[in-house]
Amino acid sequence: MNLRHLLSFGVAAIVSFGAHAQVKVGELNSYKAFPAFLDPYKKGWQLALDEINAAGGVLGQKVEVISREDGGTPGDAVRTAEELIAREKVQVLMGTFASHVGLAVSNLANQRKVLFIAAEPLTDKIVWDNGNRYTFRLRPSTYMQTAMLIPDAAKLKKQRWAIVYPNYEYGQSATRWFKELMAKAQPGVQFVGEQAPALGKIDAGAVAQALADSKPDAIFSSLFGPDLQKFVREGNLRGLFKTTVVFNLLAGEPEYLDPLKDETPDGWYVTGYPWNAINTAAHKKFRDAYEKKWKDYPRLGSIVGYSTMQTVANALRKAKSADTEKLIEALRGMEMETPIGPIVWRALDHQSTMGAYVGRLARKDGKGVMVDWKFAPGDQYLPPFEQIKAWRKD
Amino acid sequence: MTALAARNLCKAYGGVQAVDDVSFSVAAGEVLAMIGPNGAGKTTCFNMVNGQLLPDKGTLEFEGRSIAGRAPREIWRMGVGRTFQITATFASMTVRENVQMALLSHYRRLASLFSVAARQHREEAEGLLERVGMRDQAERACAVLAYGDLKRVELAIALANAPRLLLMDEPTAGMAPGERSELMQLTADLARDSNIAVLFTEHDMDVVFTHADRIVVLAQGRLIAQGDPAHVRADARVREVYLGSMHA
Amino acid sequence: MTASAILIQFLNGLASASSLFFVAAGLSLIFGVTRIVNFAHGSLYMLGTYMGCSLVEYFGRTPLGFWGGVLIAGLAAALIGAMIEATLLRRLYQAPELLQLLATFALVLVIKDFALWAWGPEDVLGPRAPGLDGAVTIAGRAFPEYDLLLIALGPVVLGLLWLLLTRTRWGSLVRAATEDREMAGALGVNQGWLFTGVFALGSLLAGFGGAVNIPREPATLMMDLSIISDVFVVVVVGGMGSIPGAFLAALLISEIKAFCIGIGEVHAYGIDISFSKLTLVVEFIVMAIVLVIRPWGLLGRAASVARGPGTLEDPLRSPSRHLLALGVAVLGVLVLMPVLGDAYTLVLLGDILVFALFSVSLHFIIGPAGMHSFGHAAYFGLGAYGAALALKHLVPMEAALFAGPFVAALGAVVFGWFCVRLSGVYLAMLTLAFAQITWSVVFQWDSFTGGSNGVVDVWPAAWLGSKTAYYYLTLVLATAGILLLWRMLYAPFGYALRAVRDSPLRADAIGIDARRFQWAGFSLAGLFAGLAGALYAFSKGSISPEVVAIPRSVDGLVMVLLGGIQTLTGPVAGAAVFTWLQDTIARNTDFWRATLGVIILILVLAFPQGATGMLRRRFAREQS
Repeated sequence: MNLRHLLSFGVAAIVSFGAHAQVKVGELNSYKAFPAFLDPYKKGWQLALDEINAAGGVLGQKVEVISREDGGTPGDAVRTAEELIAREKVQVLMGTFASHVGLAVSNLANQRKVLFIAAEPLTDKIVWDNGNRYTFRLRPSTYMQTAMLIPDAAKLKKQRWAIVYPNYEYGQSATRWFKELMAKAQPGVQFVGEQAPALGKIDAGAVAQALADSKPDAIFSSLFGPDLQKFVREGNLRGLFKTTVVFNLLAGEPEYLDPLKDETPDGWYVTGYPWNAINTAAHKKFRDAYEKKWKDYPRLGSIVGYSTMQTVANALRKAKSADTEKLIEALRGMEMETPIGPIVWRALDHQSTMGAYVGRLARKDGKGVMVDWKFAPGDQYLPPFEQIKAWRKD
Repeated sequence: MTALAARNLCKAYGGVQAVDDVSFSVAAGEVLAMIGPNGAGKTTCFNMVNGQLLPDKGTLEFEGRSIAGRAPREIWRMGVGRTFQITATFASMTVRENVQMALLSHYRRLASLFSVAARQHREEAEGLLERVGMRDQAERACAVLAYGDLKRVELAIALANAPRLLLMDEPTAGMAPGERSELMQLTADLARDSNIAVLFTEHDMDVVFTHADRIVVLAQGRLIAQGDPAHVRADARVREVYLGSMHA
Repeated sequence: MTASAILIQFLNGLASASSLFFVAAGLSLIFGVTRIVNFAHGSLYMLGTYMGCSLVEYFGRTPLGFWGGVLIAGLAAALIGAMIEATLLRRLYQAPELLQLLATFALVLVIKDFALWAWGPEDVLGPRAPGLDGAVTIAGRAFPEYDLLLIALGPVVLGLLWLLLTRTRWGSLVRAATEDREMAGALGVNQGWLFTGVFALGSLLAGFGGAVNIPREPATLMMDLSIISDVFVVVVVGGMGSIPGAFLAALLISEIKAFCIGIGEVHAYGIDISFSKLTLVVEFIVMAIVLVIRPWGLLGRAASVARGPGTLEDPLRSPSRHLLALGVAVLGVLVLMPVLGDAYTLVLLGDILVFALFSVSLHFIIGPAGMHSFGHAAYFGLGAYGAALALKHLVPMEAALFAGPFVAALGAVVFGWFCVRLSGVYLAMLTLAFAQITWSVVFQWDSFTGGSNGVVDVWPAAWLGSKTAYYYLTLVLATAGILLLWRMLYAPFGYALRAVRDSPLRADAIGIDARRFQWAGFSLAGLFAGLAGALYAFSKGSISPEVVAIPRSVDGLVMVLLGGIQTLTGPVAGAAVFTWLQDTIARNTDFWRATLGVIILILVLAFPQGATGMLRRRFAREQS
């Protein structure tokens, strides 16, 4: 080895030492399995990352995000997370979409004692039954979003309800919570028919027909994606929605609403994100920056990605350290701004109080939009503290 | 002593009587040929004997025990070896291993999970290969053998359970004329030396008349003649059925 | 259900059956003539839907534009199918049939990423058919006009196919080739053109089936695998190669599904049964029942078992001294790995070891035993769940680790009893059916298995908790499992399995009870797959139904075939290469599926005997 080699070796060593001094965040998600939701999500956190680093980073350092495809299955996601922890030595993990993947990574985070900010997973279990010290979750959960629809549903005083849901944990929980909460809000309510098509495989004509046959006054649905599109089309054709009012979780999110185009059913009660009608200063600033950077409008995933990234930065700032235990203490009870309003990271169950928009669907210029919407703050749609304490085992 | 006795065998497919009231027997040490033109019922007869077909009527006895309707593998366990018209050997094994398989099965050692198969009954397998003249090819894969050699391997396999009856379906089919006689001479010698009864079907009349001790002739499902070669050769109905092909 | 409800659900079933029939008929034709189980058939269906949507938008939403778009989409699929046959599959007709399967699977990966690149990630909902976008009133209920058209279209296409196959010379050649491929070759048929033609026709039916469904199904990137499993079921239930069988089976399955939905929930004797949830798995239950009762499907015939030249295998030699030295060296490196590598290397190697054991256990039955299993994940999954649930409810981790394989073996004993009564593709499909039934039970039984979320907090005991300790546990158990399986192949038992595979006739004639050996082999493979599953569960700390799902079975097949089915070491190499590739490619490229697919295609084309088979041949040549 001659001197020049030795020198360049030394420089390389210094450079790589410098790189290690950065704040490293490991991000993993099922980009290939759920591209419609996760592309905007990725653009969201990238925008936030740009803003954070343009403002000088945190703790005097730039934040580096190492983003990985998680393979869409719990097994692969756990391996990906192990790689981020062991090889990339990230200080924080964030991401995941599907509930079972989120739970698996959360479980790993607990075992390896690494902080994990679950961005998208909706399952209640990630903060309640299976909640753990190292996991925090941003998005309003299945329970919260179902609860947001209950006041309107109870107000209509419909007696006979039919339910349709994708047959996996999200749909099952939504259905269970809806029945429980409705029975409380409107004693004597009847559930007359239940359809549970396999996720992505709804036989929409037969399902629409079977629902009509149960003669409901109203329908509660937690369908989304292709299942929702098929259900809407067949229901429209077969006149199912003429006589029944429909409540559909998530259907107002641009990811699921936009593909419905001119077939968007009128008057459905939904949770979602009316991106072009929210004109608070915070949201306008976010929307402008997003549209400027990406030449595209934001979806709900963009909000989630942006806010997750900001959460990590805020926690680092508040803890003044990248130490995991200090970060956890910082996050517990941390208040912060998001494009859709302030949130609190609850110390009790590590759930953020991010809310959602509740409104009704309508068609405008051949596109689906949300009208008559209002913001439902997350903290008003959570079960009592005692109940959560009973669920959580820690 | 009678090894195999078939009495009044009948078998019909749909409306066609493939085998109709056929009786014959093979004695220990005797080589019996079953001949007849295409469609005479030879193969049907043969498959009833070896267990692949169940007779409609009649009895089949091997050493006094009924074998009608028994599975081929049970018939083999009783002491009946067989070769196939189109050779059936284990292509992914060597010649010796093919014979070793039959020996392992014979000694009921196949279920062993942890012994080394290739080391079992090695000498005995080579002895059998010696008898059919294949010892020098013991290491070769069956997949690459010449057809005539495969027939010999089959014979060695068939001899592995020291059978008292050997069933050979067209043993020389697909072989060169010189090889045919050689194989049947070998078979006949083995039969006589070890007192094995042999039943075989055959198209090649030279082979039949040279090597069989006795011949049964089938035509249209019925037995039309049986006896020693000279007797059968002289039979008028046999001549009628074969129409000169015997002189060829 | 009221009479009118029954009538409407019956019509719903008919409408769903038509498109299913088109796609299934195409697959059945292709299989009948070329004997290729074409995984990529579902991808052509998907392309049909995507292309149909684009073309209809391009031509405009008029009746002419719509039907023109649908037909051109079908023709474009036919062209793509013909190109696939002529450039790729034609080179593989002499290769082992499982390798052909691997090649079509690689195509699935490539086509999926192509669709992602061409149409983007968002679902595309096509327009309704102009002129047929309303509903008519039947029995007092609104019924879509377009569904009536589909109901009519099914029998029409069946009739056209019947005419083509019975009244044209080309059709009689196709039928001849379906019945006896060698004979058709002997008749002087130009096989090349016949095969290309059949592929084009089959792909046309797939593309048309996809395009005609535009008004009913949005185009999504997931529809390829979703339809292919449905269509496999239809083709097998109907009988491989039988077009009327495909029609009957499509009808049967669609009607059963429609009525499961129509009946919905039933409350009887205090028990609630949800027939609606049964739609998750009902087609696989139908397939299992049909195959148990009629081993060749409803209208199928027993296939003549023809072993192509590609399946000839060399005798099993004891490993050479070089190979043994290499094995010892690899083991030595693996033992030193905790010192040599970083923590993640141990994680990745742990996965590789687990999958190596899994693929060796799969190779045990598909290679030497000749039983092609498409559902080996069932035993991996039963092992994983057996271990996880035993830990949660019964015993400490050390015991749970062995409870898993026990549960898996039990499953294999039960399922195997049915499977070994079949052979070839039908056996493969029955293994798939049992795997899917297992999957759906795991998926549905929320209170016991945790449903779709699975079981979390399944960590090893404290003394095995460190990465190094668990790595050594995996290394010891996986290596022991692999060596035991190999050892059995050298034993009389393994020889008996190969004997039954090589020549069932001869095996029977030397007293070997084929089914008993196959059954025992199947169960042993299940046991070791279960051990792999149990090790996997504790290495991840959680499991979910994906450990029982189809992709896990397919991954296993890919590993075995990539390494080469004809060598014992192949599956280990395949597992290592596949797992490593997946890990690396996924990290470094956006189009990792396509990259993986292209790599598989290159390997398949370059080494039709699998990678290690090629290496062995080369060494053999150098030595001689």
